[in-house]
Amino acid sequence: MTRPTAPGAGAPGVPGVERPADRTALRPAIAAAVSTRRGVELALLAFAAVITTGALVLVEANQEQELTWALLYLGAAYLALLALAHLAVRKFAPYADPLVLPLAALLNGIGLVMIHRIDLARIARAASLGNEEPAQEAVRQVGWTAIGLVFFVGVLWLVPDHRTLARYGYTAGFVGLILLALPAVLPASLSEVNGARIWIRVGPASIQPGEFAKILFVVFFASFLVVKRDLFTSAGKHFLGMTFPRPRDLGPLLVAWGVAMAVLVFESDLGTSLMFFGIVLVMLYVATERISWVIIGLTIFGAGAFAAWTFVSRVQVRVSVWLDPFADYNGRGFQVSQGLFGLATGGMGGTGLGAGRPELVPFSSTDFIFTSLGEEIGLVGLAALLVIYCVLATRAMRSALAVRDTFGKLLAAGLGWAIAWQVFVVVGGVINLIPNTGITAPFVSYGGSSLVANYALVALVLRVSNAARQPAQEKRPGTPAGPQSPLAPLAEASTEMVSRDQVRTPPQGVRPQDATAGPAGPAGHAGPGPGGHPASAHGPAPRGRTRGE
Amino acid sequence: MPELVLQITRAGFLALLWLFVLAALRVVRSDLYAASGLRAAAPGGRRPPTRGGTSKPARGGGRSGPRALIVTAGALAGTRIALDGRPIMIGRADDSTLVLDDDYASTRHARISQSGDDWYVEDLGSTNGTYLDRNKVSGPTRVPAGTPIRIGKTVIELRS
Repeated sequence: MTRPTAPGAGAPGVPGVERPADRTALRPAIAAAVSTRRGVELALLAFAAVITTGALVLVEANQEQELTWALLYLGAAYLALLALAHLAVRKFAPYADPLVLPLAALLNGIGLVMIHRIDLARIARAASLGNEEPAQEAVRQVGWTAIGLVFFVGVLWLVPDHRTLARYGYTAGFVGLILLALPAVLPASLSEVNGARIWIRVGPASIQPGEFAKILFVVFFASFLVVKRDLFTSAGKHFLGMTFPRPRDLGPLLVAWGVAMAVLVFESDLGTSLMFFGIVLVMLYVATERISWVIIGLTIFGAGAFAAWTFVSRVQVRVSVWLDPFADYNGRGFQVSQGLFGLATGGMGGTGLGAGRPELVPFSSTDFIFTSLGEEIGLVGLAALLVIYCVLATRAMRSALAVRDTFGKLLAAGLGWAIAWQVFVVVGGVINLIPNTGITAPFVSYGGSSLVANYALVALVLRVSNAARQPAQEKRPGTPAGPQSPLAPLAEASTEMVSRDQVRTPPQGVRPQDATAGPAGPAGHAGPGPGGHPASAHGPAPRGRTRGE
Repeated sequence: MPELVLQITRAGFLALLWLFVLAALRVVRSDLYAASGLRAAAPGGRRPPTRGGTSKPARGGGRSGPRALIVTAGALAGTRIALDGRPIMIGRADDSTLVLDDDYASTRHARISQSGDDWYVEDLGSTNGTYLDRNKVSGPTRVPAGTPIRIGKTVIELRS
């Protein structure tokens, strides 16, 4: 107590030490110290737009197209689109992480340029073959970007607090399961594209529902694990330095495994299956800190995948291509080997944007966009993109560490992991590290569902990071301690001995009877009557209090 | 495009791309020192004490949440822990803020943490559960000042 305390009654002549005034004066300074860093975000967004525009100019120049001012207008339009998203962040999540949106914007911009570059190549080939000009994918992708940003703003607007999502956990899980299962149930004419049944085709548009299911599952698992976490941490056998769960606690994991296997067998898609099961395992690990869940999960997934390899022909094809892509170069292995040749052509520095031949790889703008980029910007450029993905995922993890509520932690960690894991599955597939799968690279690949879903995902990450970075005193107005619930006076009765002058005004006329009834009738604990509360087990306390009055 | 220009623009683009990465990493680095908004908000992580004597919980006027955690029953009865904004870990683990030596408590039993002006109690997957008043705590639950929290044989409450 060295500080001179100046209570309200004290001399007003000492201005320096008067606490309340001091505090209010400090508040703007504190707000400035916890800068929202929105300016950094805008600057980085502008930087991303400049890089995108530069890439577009290089592509046009190298493709011998006419260089016009229209290119700069395109770049400015892209920046304007991002600025709108930035304004939405300023309005709806002012304390959100400043890096997430610019990183997503740069990946999206580079993807757009690459898709446009492949369009140019396809148009040139169609012209030389005398075919009609193919539709430009880049134009559609720009439309999807706009829709994605609408979703982004919509999620920020409609979800003012991520904790409200916890209430819809089971709904999200149910809808996610339907979305995941729908393509398998629909007739193949509506759901099958190139062998994988992970699509829903409605007229000209086709939707990949698995992309949205991914987010819904993360929401579901986060809310499920918050409530049921003790189910997964119950005691079990110690073996090899790990605590293994009891066999009967394996139920939920086995259900998740069954869903992943069903996707693998009925939709013939390793990518979606891997995504789903990977998210389950990691969220379980984050919630329980038990490595044994991961080991058990990987073991049963490996066993299931092995069984699928034995029985499902499409999986066999993917695995044989993975083991030796050049064995059937002109047939099944063509795509993967062309991709590898593309990467080899790019080498360290790449051929330069617009100067390679990425269109030789089938699906060069969707599943194999990383080989297209690798060919033209080389290992150095591709590594930069991978670092950007890493930073994006770590920002989500950072929000998970900083946010206070368990649901937010699990949500942000799950979403960050979903991005990182998807990039691993895609890049691992095209460089032949793991069997090739048919999922898209977040933000970069051509594909509407993927882009829109990932913008929604990023919006959720921003929502959690906003809660994590918001200064404490502005968090919520906070309801005043105010009137207690009717149960409270009783419950306090057991604990009020410590400081007598803190006693709240008790209900008139109840207490004296209470004091006599308390010891007499301890059996009536189920009733709401004051005397029967279990608190009376704490002997002298209630009586001490009543006597104090 | 001439070969020389192609090479220069090629290298230039890669340099620009990495410059962006470095700019992003700089923001990450500055954020490392700023820590989370919570800790930066209140210098020293301390909420200034507002009132001199103990009185009823502040309503209206100057904002002040609970200032101390008091153990009112159990082996540690009478223990008082000043609240300074940091979360309080309760359990049998040695590094807990309040170390319970109670057969009914788990190693990491519960956490009481601040959010805004309110304090929340959260059960950390304990075996025997945490009770706020008479209700079992299943998620983060707001703790009004003066409401007892029961963990095994221990009863604690927050006081202003």
